[in-house]
Amino acid sequence: MLLSLAIWVPIAAGVLALAGGERNARWISLVGAILGFLVAIPLYVGFDLQSAGFQFEEKALWIERFAVHYHLGVDGISLLFVLLNSFITILVVIAGWSVIETRVAQYHASFLVMSGLLNGVFSALDAVLFYVFFEATLVPMFIIIGIWGGPNRVYAAVKFFLYTLFGSLLMLVAFLYLYDKSGGSFAILDWHRLPLPLGVQVALFFGLLLGFAVKVPMWPVHTWLPDAHTEAPTGGSVVLAAILLKLGAYGFVRFTLPIVPDASRELAWLMIALSLVAIAYIGLVTLVQTDMKRLIAYSSVSHMGFVTLGFFIFNAYGVEGGLVQMISHGFVSAALFLCIGVMYDRMHSRAIGDYGGVVNTMPRFASLMMLFAMANAGLPATSGFVGEFMVIMGAMQTSFWVALVAATTLVWGAAYTLWMYKRVIFGAVANPKVAALKDLDARETLVLGVLAFAVLFMGVYPLPFTEVMHASVNELLRHVALPKT
Amino acid sequence: MSPLVLVDHIPALPEVLLLVGACAVMIADLYVKSERRGLTFTLAQAVLAACALVTLLVLALSHPQKYYLFNGLFVADTLSHLLKLACYVAVWAALVYSRAYLADRGLLRGEFISLLLFSLLGMMVMVSAASFLTVYLGLELMSLCLYAMVALNRDSAVSTEAAMKYFVLGALASGLLLYGMSMIYGATGNLDIRQVADAVSRLAESDAERRFLVFGLVFLVSGLAFKIGVVPFHMWIPDVYHGAPTPVTLVISAGPKLAAFGMAIRLLVNALPGLAADWQQMLVVLSVASMALGNIAAIAQTNLKRMLAYSAIAHMGFMLLGLLSGIVEGNGRNAADAYSAALFYALIYALMSLGAFGVLLYLSRAGFDCENLDDMRGLNRRSPWTAFLMLLIMFSLTGIPPTAGFYAKLVVISATVSAGYIWLAVAAVLFSLVGAFYYLRVVKLMYFDDPVESSPLEWRPGFGALLSVNGLLLLAWGILPSGLLNVCLEAIQAL
Repeated sequence: MLLSLAIWVPIAAGVLALAGGERNARWISLVGAILGFLVAIPLYVGFDLQSAGFQFEEKALWIERFAVHYHLGVDGISLLFVLLNSFITILVVIAGWSVIETRVAQYHASFLVMSGLLNGVFSALDAVLFYVFFEATLVPMFIIIGIWGGPNRVYAAVKFFLYTLFGSLLMLVAFLYLYDKSGGSFAILDWHRLPLPLGVQVALFFGLLLGFAVKVPMWPVHTWLPDAHTEAPTGGSVVLAAILLKLGAYGFVRFTLPIVPDASRELAWLMIALSLVAIAYIGLVTLVQTDMKRLIAYSSVSHMGFVTLGFFIFNAYGVEGGLVQMISHGFVSAALFLCIGVMYDRMHSRAIGDYGGVVNTMPRFASLMMLFAMANAGLPATSGFVGEFMVIMGAMQTSFWVALVAATTLVWGAAYTLWMYKRVIFGAVANPKVAALKDLDARETLVLGVLAFAVLFMGVYPLPFTEVMHASVNELLRHVALPKT
Repeated sequence: MSPLVLVDHIPALPEVLLLVGACAVMIADLYVKSERRGLTFTLAQAVLAACALVTLLVLALSHPQKYYLFNGLFVADTLSHLLKLACYVAVWAALVYSRAYLADRGLLRGEFISLLLFSLLGMMVMVSAASFLTVYLGLELMSLCLYAMVALNRDSAVSTEAAMKYFVLGALASGLLLYGMSMIYGATGNLDIRQVADAVSRLAESDAERRFLVFGLVFLVSGLAFKIGVVPFHMWIPDVYHGAPTPVTLVISAGPKLAAFGMAIRLLVNALPGLAADWQQMLVVLSVASMALGNIAAIAQTNLKRMLAYSAIAHMGFMLLGLLSGIVEGNGRNAADAYSAALFYALIYALMSLGAFGVLLYLSRAGFDCENLDDMRGLNRRSPWTAFLMLLIMFSLTGIPPTAGFYAKLVVISATVSAGYIWLAVAAVLFSLVGAFYYLRVVKLMYFDDPVESSPLEWRPGFGALLSVNGLLLLAWGILPSGLLNVCLEAIQAL
């Protein structure tokens, strides 16, 4: 019941916001988003830490002809994403409060509907249900980028849509093949137990890989992300970075690893190689960006490389590190996009060159952004450190060289984030517009303040985040280690 | 005739009723002044409602039995009833959607309504055919009415050209079909579909006979492919869709497709299961070519009607995926699933097509035909609700959940995968990705661009309500497709 509420409360609120008209839309959405978060909290409080299985399960026959069930449930892996998503939705609604002036109802409705759908993706235990939610999220995001985005928004929206559709359609064929081979079942848990010959596993691995790799996004199918991020409105970038990117990585843990474990082990070298390219090469690409949003977008690709690296080194440090990194990146990238949004709303420019000396006029903002920049660079005592450290530790157990290349990110991360920070915030005030900037208002301080607290809390005391994962991750690793051919 | 014989003919009552009704409408219209044409409209709707009622009644009484009437020329089974019901809905929607459009252009004449009803009768005969003769009879009745309807606007050169093209090519296709039928008749000595099926399964064992049958089959499939509208027999579709008045395009795009699907079931699945290995191969080629050409050519169109024409070609290619994966190496285990998938696809496609052309008619005004892509610009500003309905239809045509179009694609691709055609499934999804581009362009124009004309759209009560139901049905069946899927499966199992 709780999971259904977490999915349908935001969607219902979104429909209500549309029906409520322009004037009431903001308040209806805020109430809906808060309610959505409130119904998600009992999931964490009532979660059984010892159990590796799925909790809060709901199951009802949905499509008889294909034995498709409306089957929901969360384990230690998916629980935190439901919470993260519900939490981010509130911030997005508040962040768009006064910035969005045209078609307010449609804007907020899109975000709330998407929030519900995303909760659905993380809690679906039936492949068709998963796919329906997974694909349906494209529609609101397409609309968000296309209507409220920047000058090149149409190109970015269409590219985003077609790119991700391409991946997921091949994934659908893989699903249908599994349905046929499993004797007519779409239950993900049945597929986990389904024995498959290695050749078939490899084929399925690539089918699933395309679907998830585009979403993560992994190098070399990442090129839609900088465009989508740059053109999307602030709220869109926040949800894209904080939640949508996690769908792909989540897909690896929920589908690829347990369903085709032998192929995953066989092809781990490929995944590790692609992840290292993302970490090191994209790290360098990030360095030369002149557009702040593009810079953070590339840094997301680089950080998500850490996540996929963690998953394919097959030890508890790696997998848990990857999951922690996903949550942390959810906070940090959301915060950085919000920071850029704050500046963009005042200056209507994202180019680093237009700024300089912002600290003189916006000291409060500068200090908050400093924290997020540090977290992005992976400074100890921020959330960014925990995940990266765990993944590097895990990688060290597999291979020294992998760990070494992965660790270069600490250099690149610091370089591109702090260099950007330096050019934007410090220095002399060259642009007269910067001299006229106003510091954060109450609403912006609230949003960024909450995120700053989350980043620090997770960096200092990550246990509440990691303890829910242990049982499920250990079970997953045990399952992946067993041959399935 | 004794009363008992009459009772025996009850399963054919809908056809009788429609024939009588269509004649009554035709005669009544002679005495109606043109400003009171609404009367004819109401009468036609009443006839449709009566037919629907009787069909439902017959369906409830007879399911899952099937009855052969008129010395085995006519069959009434669940599939035929289901397709007839869908055709009634399609024709009814066509009537409601096109009324204002035709009235504005002085085309609202009795001929349109009677031709529409007679073409419906042709569709009904086609889906109930149990003999090659009946198939041909129904097909010609339907086609002749449609040719005339395309030329309804007789002052328009484009319409006349389209009608001419449609007629000439349609006659050719009918000829091919007849030729194929006569070949099979020559080999089997029968026109009755049941007996043909028996004879073919016997004859197909010998190589010489088989070669002869396959020769006839090629012509049969060609004629069929023309009527369904798949590559390489598709040339008429873009021109006819484009040239015909939009209401007639709407009629052609829905009901006749369902009837052609019914005809395919009768001719291929019922009559020639013994040659399945041969016609399935032909359908593979037709299907891939249609998905490819339809989706790629649609990208280049600037006229929305032409774009939807190419999209229709692509969608019929998808529908064939279901028909061609029924029998694997002589094993019909997969058959009910596969054919019901194709049936589901055809039904959902008809609904989407009705909706898409319905929106075009809704946006058209006296003196303004909405038919170019640019006419969709900024629709979200002018009428958010209409834009939302069109968005649903476009995403459904693309196959994005949660719309019914997604399940339509899901079931046919699932059937293809079960039949072992993995490469075909991959090709299908890749072409549907190509298709996504031009559907998205419509959404882009409606939502992201500024309107050319900023006047808000006025709400038309009856039309708007039916269009909303049409669009929302795609969403409703996208969330809860189970019922319709089961109905399709039962209809196929009762064959």
